[in-house]
Amino acid sequence: MKDKYLTVTALTKYIKRKFDTDPHLKNIWLGGEISNFKHHIRGHMYLTIKDDNSRIQAVMFAGNNRRLKFTPENGMNVLIKGEIGVFEPYGQYQLYIQQMEPDGIGSLYLAFEQLKEKLNKLGYFHKDRKREIPKYPKKIGIITSPTGAAVRDIITTLRRRYPIAATTVIPVLVQGTASPESIRKAIDRANNLGNYDVLIVGRGGGSIEELWSFNEEIVADAIYRSAIPVISAVGHETDVTISDYVADLRAPTPTGAAELAVPSQLELSEKIIGMERSLTRIMHEQLSGSSQMLNRLKQSYAFRYPEQLVTQKEQELDKHVDRLDKVQKSQYERKKEAYTSLKIRLSAQHPSVQYERAVKEMNQLVKHMNQFMNQILEQKTARLTSAIEKLTLLNPLETMKRGYAIPYSSSGNIMKSVKQINKDDQIAVRFSDGTADCHVLGVKEDNDGK
Amino acid sequence: MENENNVSFEEAMDQLEQIVAKLEEGDVALEKAITYYQQGMKLSKVCNDKLKNVQEKMTQIVNEQGELEIFEVGEEE
Repeated sequence: MKDKYLTVTALTKYIKRKFDTDPHLKNIWLGGEISNFKHHIRGHMYLTIKDDNSRIQAVMFAGNNRRLKFTPENGMNVLIKGEIGVFEPYGQYQLYIQQMEPDGIGSLYLAFEQLKEKLNKLGYFHKDRKREIPKYPKKIGIITSPTGAAVRDIITTLRRRYPIAATTVIPVLVQGTASPESIRKAIDRANNLGNYDVLIVGRGGGSIEELWSFNEEIVADAIYRSAIPVISAVGHETDVTISDYVADLRAPTPTGAAELAVPSQLELSEKIIGMERSLTRIMHEQLSGSSQMLNRLKQSYAFRYPEQLVTQKEQELDKHVDRLDKVQKSQYERKKEAYTSLKIRLSAQHPSVQYERAVKEMNQLVKHMNQFMNQILEQKTARLTSAIEKLTLLNPLETMKRGYAIPYSSSGNIMKSVKQINKDDQIAVRFSDGTADCHVLGVKEDNDGK
Repeated sequence: MENENNVSFEEAMDQLEQIVAKLEEGDVALEKAITYYQQGMKLSKVCNDKLKNVQEKMTQIVNEQGELEIFEVGEEE
C-alpha cells in the first residue's frame, strides 16, 4: 500500500526532469521589471521579474553577471535570455539568467544577437577564412575618424614600431546614421585602390549606441568581401562587435591594432642580429664539419694503405673466383648425375631389352616345347620298342629259329596238312635263314589224327 | 639576387629568413652554403640599413575629392 505514495524528493526530481526536457524552457527570451533585487555577497544575483499580472523568481550567477554592462536596480525594465529550471530544495521553479540588458538598449542587443546568428550561419566568422596579416606590410590603410584619440593612437604606434610602412587614413564617420555606409565605402575604396597590405578598421571607446555602426550588416559585409586582410579595433577590450567577429584579426583597442599590424623595429633589429649570428654559426659548423670530414677521409685506411686495398680486393676476387668455380663444378656434377640417371632409366626402356626378353621367353618356350617333344618321343619310342619286342616274340621267323620250318606248295601256298602233299611233289621248305627245295619221297599220315 | 637597392625591406627580410631556414635545415652542399651565407650577410646589412636610415614616412589622408594629402596628427583633442 505504501508504495503508492511518492517521496517529495522523487516527485520534485520528476517535475525537474519535465522542465529540463522541454526545449522551449531551455531557451527563454523574457522582458519584465526587476524587483526584490539582491546582489549576494558571494557574487550571485537573486531577483524577481514581474509584469502587471505575474512574477517569476530569477537568479543570475556570478559567472554570468560579471559580464553585465549595467547595474540592475529595482523597477528597471530588462530583457533577459535564460532558461527555466527547478530549485529542488524549495521545490521552486525559477529563471536562470544568462544574459540581461536594460530594455531600450535591449532592442539593439536583440538585433546584435540575431545578426550574429545569421552571419555565423552564413560562415562569415569561420576560422578557415581568416587571412594571415602580412608580416611586413608596406602600406596600411586606417579606416576611422580623422579626429579623436583612436587615429592618433594608431598612427603614433605604427610610426614608433615600424616607420617603414606607409600609412593612409581613409576618414569615415564612426557614429550616426550615415556612419555604416561611410565605413562600407571606405573599405570598398581601399580594395579598389588595391595596394594596401592590411586595413585597420575601428574607433575609440563609447556607449553601445556609439559603437553601433560596427554591428551593422553592411559594415560586416564589406569586411567579409574585402580582399585585403582586416584588423578590427572597436572601443575597449570589453566591447565585442560584429565587425570583430568578421575581421581577420580582432584587436582589443586601436593601439592594439597598430601593434598587431606591424612588427616592432627594435624586435626586428634584434631578429636581424640573431639571424646574422645564426648564419655565422651555421657556416662555422658546416665548415668545421666539412674539414673534419675531409681529415677523416684523409686518415682513412684507403688513403694510407692503397696497396692493401688492392691486395685485399684481389684476395676477395680470388675467393669469389673459387666460389664461382666450385659452384660451377657442383652444378656440372648435379647436371651430370641427373643426365646419367635419366640415361639409365632410358636404356631400361630400350626396345632391344624388350627384344632380348622376348627372345629369352621364346627360347624358354622352345626349350619347353623340345622337352615335351622329347618326352613324347621317348614315350612313343618306348611304346614302339615294347611293341617291337612283343612283335619279335611273336615273329614266326624267331619260332623257326627254334627248329620250325614252313612248307610252301609249288604255287606258293603254306601247307598246313600232309594231306595237301602228294608223293613226288616239288615243295619249298622255308627255314629261318633260307629255303630248301625238296622232292617229296613219300607221305605218311598220322593214325591218331583227329 | 636582385640589386640590393631595388629590394624592399619586406622582401629582404623574407629572403633572409628563408636563407637562415635553409641553412638551419642542414643538408646544404658546402659551396651552396657559402653562397647562401654571403647572400644572407648581404641581406642582413640591407635590412639593417633600411631600418636605421628610414626617413619617417608621412601619413597621408584621402580628402573629399579622393586625393591624398599629408595628414598631421593632432597632439591632443
